[in-house]
Amino acid sequence: MFEISLGHYLTLGAMIFTIGIIGIFLNRKNIIVVLMSIELILLAVNINLVSFSIFMNDLVGQIFTLFILTVAAAEAAIGLAIIVVYFRNSGTIRIEEIHKLKG
Amino acid sequence: MIEHSIFFYFFSIIAIFSAIMVTASRNTVYSVFFLILDFISISCLFIMIGAEFLGMIMLIVYVGAVAVLFLFIVMMLNVAQQKNEWFSSSKNSKHIPIGLLVSLIIFLELIIVVGGWKYKPGIFTSSSIKISSDITNTHSIGNVLYTDYIHLFQISGMILLVAMIGAIILTFRKRDGLKTQSYFKQISREKDDGVELIKVKSKEGVKFDV
Repeated sequence: MFEISLGHYLTLGAMIFTIGIIGIFLNRKNIIVVLMSIELILLAVNINLVSFSIFMNDLVGQIFTLFILTVAAAEAAIGLAIIVVYFRNSGTIRIEEIHKLKG
Repeated sequence: MIEHSIFFYFFSIIAIFSAIMVTASRNTVYSVFFLILDFISISCLFIMIGAEFLGMIMLIVYVGAVAVLFLFIVMMLNVAQQKNEWFSSSKNSKHIPIGLLVSLIIFLELIIVVGGWKYKPGIFTSSSIKISSDITNTHSIGNVLYTDYIHLFQISGMILLVAMIGAIILTFRKRDGLKTQSYFKQISREKDDGVELIKVKSKEGVKFDV
């Protein structure tokens, strides 16, 4: 309990990952919250990589976390740009009213 | 060791609570605020575990850039008034129990994997790049990042460049009725169609017809 091991960090990562999944599945609001849930999922992956890197005394995990950070920033910028363009064209970003692809 | 565990539980409880509030709060602006709180507590965990450079980079990149970008978009699109109909949407609420079930199954699978983990013997000593304890974390990352991973580093720079160009092109809008500078017309203007020499007669003046 009081000895923080690798399993504690992995459990924290699993919890945040699941909360992100729930946020994607059950969202009724707008796409921005879906993007934030994707950021949460990437954050959980980062937690896993960093804790493995520290507990296994290997630096490669931290290097890959750096690259995941880069990709997450690029993904957020592109996603928000797409949302802005969609809002400009259709006037709404509510998920229920986005059914152009009939999916 | 007891301080380490106390701070671990403190920061993780804050992180999990704010992650729940990101997905469940009714106002989008509050979601962005809780996202910032989540990033800050996770970067505190990183600094505490010994990855100081990543913790600081996460503060700069996530809190300083990404979360502010989210906040900017939320305020620009004026979607903060759209309330969250969390669990109360009657029209298509039948996929909510399925979504909860699937997420619960995913969580249980992750917990089973974490709990039933058996380490391969000798995996703790088989690391390729060791973390040495006599130089700082930033120093060791810099030693590796610019030598062994230089190609990946440059490719990530290319990813950022492509993302920047893509975001600019996506949101660029050409509006009508806006007076702008035409570089081509400006440069191709010559002396003949720009300047006219007129012989001014005495006591008659000059009559312009433009």
